[in-house]
Amino acid sequence: LTQSEKYTAAAYLVVFLGVLVYAVIIGAKLQRLQREVEQLVEIVKEQRVGG
Amino acid sequence: LTTHLKLPVLAAVCTGLFGLAISLAFFYAPADADQGLSQRIFYFHVPLALTAYACFGWGAWKALRYLRTRDERADLESYVAIHQGVIFGALTLLTGSIWARISWGVWWSWGEDELVLFLVLFLFYCAYFMLRFSVDPGPARANMTAVYALFGVVLIPVSFLAIRLSKQFIHPVVFKLEGPQMAGSQFFTFCVCLVAMLTLFATLYAIELAGKRLDRSLRELKELLT
Repeated sequence: LTQSEKYTAAAYLVVFLGVLVYAVIIGAKLQRLQREVEQLVEIVKEQRVGG
Repeated sequence: LTTHLKLPVLAAVCTGLFGLAISLAFFYAPADADQGLSQRIFYFHVPLALTAYACFGWGAWKALRYLRTRDERADLESYVAIHQGVIFGALTLLTGSIWARISWGVWWSWGEDELVLFLVLFLFYCAYFMLRFSVDPGPARANMTAVYALFGVVLIPVSFLAIRLSKQFIHPVVFKLEGPQMAGSQFFTFCVCLVAMLTLFATLYAIELAGKRLDRSLRELKELLT
């Protein structure tokens, strides 16, 4: 690869990686929200059993 | 933008547009006689910068809406838009730095007004988060951050026009009053890349906003149940 090709590939890779990292962070947050929803479902079930 | 039905459509359109944009940038647009292959960084670098401006502008518009209506949703929308703007801004600086290295032989040039003013704009909006997270949530925080976001938008035209007012011309001026200084096929490729980048912003904005709203609703529900 020439220097020009390397730098051009690096620039496009930076954008791709930026979006990928963002997607991973959003994915992690969604997993956390999913866990919280499950916890809430458990709370509601316990309240129904208790009530 | 933020309805659930539109999100999959946006994501699909965004993916398609990016495929088209990359294909056009590498296989349709002619190679630059002076810079060769590295000029193709332009097709992502400039749309990234313009999208960052659009994000900050959208964030300021939502901040203005918050100040007029005191609607909490507008505050959240302003925050998400500015968050997106900082991401696109960081990518602009990174791609610009790589392009500068291959074109000018340096990673950064402090003598270039365009570069320095974009960095100032970027750091200004980075400080937005320091302000937002140093104040407890509530109307006071929303008011302060809205005013801050509105002040920042003043820097956008300054940053955009800096290149035209600058005495130094290392950074190329492509868009002039006479029209774009490039071939028709290059301009078409640039336009597709810009639309793809703006669609990416719209998609990420919708995803992040949906996540934040879901998070807020869950917190409220948790408080009600416990």
